[in-house]
Amino acid sequence: MSWFIKTFQTSIGKKLIMAVTGLSFICFLMAHLAGNLILYGGENAFNSYAERLHAFGPIITIVELGLLFLIIMHVLIGSVLFYQNTLARPIRYKVYKSAGGRSLGSATMPYSGFIILAFVVFHLINFHFADKTGTTIFQIVAKAFENPLYVVIYIAAMIVLAIHISHAFWSLFQTTGINHPKYTPIIKITGIVISLVFGVGFGFLPVYVLLI
Amino acid sequence: MISTTDKKNINLTLKIWRQKGPDNKGNLETYHANDISTDMSFLEMIDVINERLTLEGKDPVAFDHDCREGICGMCGAMINGRAHGPEKGTTLCQLHMRHFADGDTIVIEPWRSRAFKIIKDLAVDRSPLDKIIQAGGYISVNAGQAPDANAIPIPQETAETAMDAAECIGCGACVASCPNASAMLFVGARISHLALLPQGKPEAAKRVQVMINEMDELLFGNCSNHRECEAECPKEISITNIARLNREFIKSGFF
Repeated sequence: MSWFIKTFQTSIGKKLIMAVTGLSFICFLMAHLAGNLILYGGENAFNSYAERLHAFGPIITIVELGLLFLIIMHVLIGSVLFYQNTLARPIRYKVYKSAGGRSLGSATMPYSGFIILAFVVFHLINFHFADKTGTTIFQIVAKAFENPLYVVIYIAAMIVLAIHISHAFWSLFQTTGINHPKYTPIIKITGIVISLVFGVGFGFLPVYVLLI
Repeated sequence: MISTTDKKNINLTLKIWRQKGPDNKGNLETYHANDISTDMSFLEMIDVINERLTLEGKDPVAFDHDCREGICGMCGAMINGRAHGPEKGTTLCQLHMRHFADGDTIVIEPWRSRAFKIIKDLAVDRSPLDKIIQAGGYISVNAGQAPDANAIPIPQETAETAMDAAECIGCGACVASCPNASAMLFVGARISHLALLPQGKPEAAKRVQVMINEMDELLFGNCSNHRECEAECPKEISITNIARLNREFIKSGFF
């Protein structure tokens, strides 16, 4: 086991964990978005989707616990990397200019990450841990988005998520060593498309629910 | 008649980081650089300032320099927040004053990283980069007579890619420009140029492990793929070398 722990203790090892856990979140979000889009099918379609999902029973619980573990890893190791990086230049430059490498996404990664974490907690309290007795999931969602403040918070969080993923997606390929003149341009475009799909796909749902 | 005065000369305000020694506190000091020829290199401009300071009985500005041909990797400073100044693919000694305008204010700071100690003013101890190379160890080369040329077949493209990585002059601009003060481009270039060639293959797995461990122990930051290094590297070394370093590390760690 020592080689295993030693490998993950290095800077590249920690980044690999960030990459792999991050990729698993992107996969989860794809499934989550596909499920949420059923909202456009109306109240009954959405409720029956929720019912069929919960029919999986213990499998859902296992997946949830797995996700929780991945989130803890991603947040803790991300925080360690962030802390080490702030220490790596104790005296800062009086004048510092980008040469064009940094993007909005890359420059804000830790901050957007912490905002997303806060949002995930808020989101789970809203829907996952909501009192579900005598009501349907559609009613819970509809009631939450009657409040314009919730709509604003959700849309803002989705913009932050899109910014995070705009850097995260190609970055995870770079970290896992997948960088090639043939594929990197495709990977970069895919990353932008995915962040837009998530931003628009998730972000428009509260507006839709508010309007109906 | 070609006039050697007037328009070719510019007046600048310099804000230079002055620091007596590694443990002293430093600060930016303002100097007026008048009548500077635009044909001068940036280092020649500092030479002129230093001559004036010496004549005034003041301490000249310490700065690193050696070949002044852009190939040794000794010079380097942050010029208005950019490593080696605003020109692409250029070392500080190859940056000419024609890129500045009359009346400009130029802020000159040393490379900053926890791993790099300031020796004096703009002179920075970059020996941690040497320590990473030393940790990397040796490559297996048979002693004795010189081998026949082309005895080991290497595809032209591979040789070129290895040479592109080997272009690294170890100036430290990648560390200086990285928002995280990471040395991954430097290590990536060193790992790449050996890992690509058959001569570097036998020790490739061990080399990447010890070099990464040394890099971490020297407290360089962690790469977060900002790509500032690639944009500032005077030899324009690509971050594909960092990806290759990551691949080599994964290969050595898990397989």
